[in-house]
Amino acid sequence: MKTVTELAHLEVENIEAGYNGESVLKKISFSVPAGQSLAVVGPNGAGKSTLFKVLVGLLPIRSGTVQIHGKPLGYHIDCVAYVPQREVIDWRFPVTVLDVVVMGRFGKLKWLQRPGKTDFEIALHSLEQMGIADLAKNSIADLSGGQQQRVFLARALAQNPHILLLDEPFTGVDASTQETTMNLLEDLHHKGVTSMVSTHDLNMAATRFSQVLLINRKLIAYGSPEEVFTPENLQIGFGGQVLAMHGVMVVDECCPPDEPR
Amino acid sequence: MIEFITSPFTYSFMQRGFLAALLVGVLCSVVGVYIVLRGMAFLGDALAHAILPGVAIAYLLGGNLILGAFVASIAVAIGIGFFSNEGTIKEDTAIGILFSAAFALGVALISSIRTYAVDLSHILFGNVLGVSEKDLIFTAVLTVIILIIVAVNYKQFMVISFDPILATMMRLPVQFLRYLMLVMLGLTVVVSIQTVGVGLAAAMLVTPAASAYLLTSRLPSMMIVSAIIGAISSLVGLYISYYINIASGSAIVLTATLIFMLAFAFSPRRGKIGHA
Repeated sequence: MKTVTELAHLEVENIEAGYNGESVLKKISFSVPAGQSLAVVGPNGAGKSTLFKVLVGLLPIRSGTVQIHGKPLGYHIDCVAYVPQREVIDWRFPVTVLDVVVMGRFGKLKWLQRPGKTDFEIALHSLEQMGIADLAKNSIADLSGGQQQRVFLARALAQNPHILLLDEPFTGVDASTQETTMNLLEDLHHKGVTSMVSTHDLNMAATRFSQVLLINRKLIAYGSPEEVFTPENLQIGFGGQVLAMHGVMVVDECCPPDEPR
Repeated sequence: MIEFITSPFTYSFMQRGFLAALLVGVLCSVVGVYIVLRGMAFLGDALAHAILPGVAIAYLLGGNLILGAFVASIAVAIGIGFFSNEGTIKEDTAIGILFSAAFALGVALISSIRTYAVDLSHILFGNVLGVSEKDLIFTAVLTVIILIIVAVNYKQFMVISFDPILATMMRLPVQFLRYLMLVMLGLTVVVSIQTVGVGLAAAMLVTPAASAYLLTSRLPSMMIVSAIIGAISSLVGLYISYYINIASGSAIVLTATLIFMLAFAFSPRRGKIGHA
């Protein structure tokens, strides 16, 4: 598979975004150097999903700018791959696992062009990387949660992205899928792919990512895990919801407010 | 036996009827695949009813009924798209209001005609034996156009139906494709009023595609199986209608329903539906 040659640098400046009424994201600015692997953390309703939607162009920004490769959003069609939360997909749709992964290639095809041999080879290779090549011909309705996740990771991989955005990839999947996901991220990191991963697992963010972005509507802290996970920042970001004991952080997630979708 | 099969064809109106039914069966079933997958069954039914005023006005003016339906369907399809885009009321509410209003207007117009009962029943339940040569050509041309639209936009329709997020990220013209689908649906409904009528058009859109959904696991095979089921339903339905003298539209829809029951009983997918 072709390695990524172009390094993507992401620049977010002073963005405001939301659905109806008040903005969910307020005056957020940060910049991600090319090849960085970044964990995005924050309490429920902090706007993590909203931020991702802004970055892939699903939600218009009210003000501010987002630049990728120094170009405004929308200039590059498929250099950003996004793996949404699994609940948004219709798993009863009549497609096979391979069909879904091949869709990752559609952005590179012309309107009338059918996916060719190369596209299928890349798709199969992506499935192999995710360890589910044997499921290629299966209907997506037959998959477990972890397998569903791997299918969409494989599709993101087949897109050959410069930036990969994963929304809550560690929630509701088995440990082996978590590990495969982490390995993939590390592998992509070595290839120079920039990745942003939202997670509830603060310990995972602290131990497996070089940079952490802590948001709660506003940007609270951005930097290395040591810089971000200070008692002060956690207090501002999570209120009383986080307990830090013996180097392990626990988020109290009882009765969280719903994050708008 | 051979005579049993060929005997309807001794009449030229029956020949035209069979051809029209076959075309409509295939067309509805292919378009119906998107209706079923996108959960637009209610919309299909609404469109079918909403074209009634177009048909009525054409009838009163002595114009081509199908042309009237054609204009009305496009207007209604775009109207529904407009309402659901605004987002101030829910889409199904907007559809419910629009389609009952249009249907009421249609019935009001038709009730002003003297031979009202006969005409209304033909429009509501189809009159496959009254297909003129002109109607047949119109049906054939529209069928070809719609099948070409499906073929040209196959990939794009699949993405916007399965994964709208990916579609947006690929910068597909999502709005345009949605309208195109609505227009396609409108045209299909127009063509189908000739054989099954506005009352039963939704069944032809949904039933064969739903049966195919139960029997297949990929989109291309679902489309092909759906088209075959649509064609068989139309042919078998017409024979039943010819020999036991019942309304053709009902016979076609009941045949399709029977096939659906069989598909449901023997579906390899059953039990999987509903687990997300």
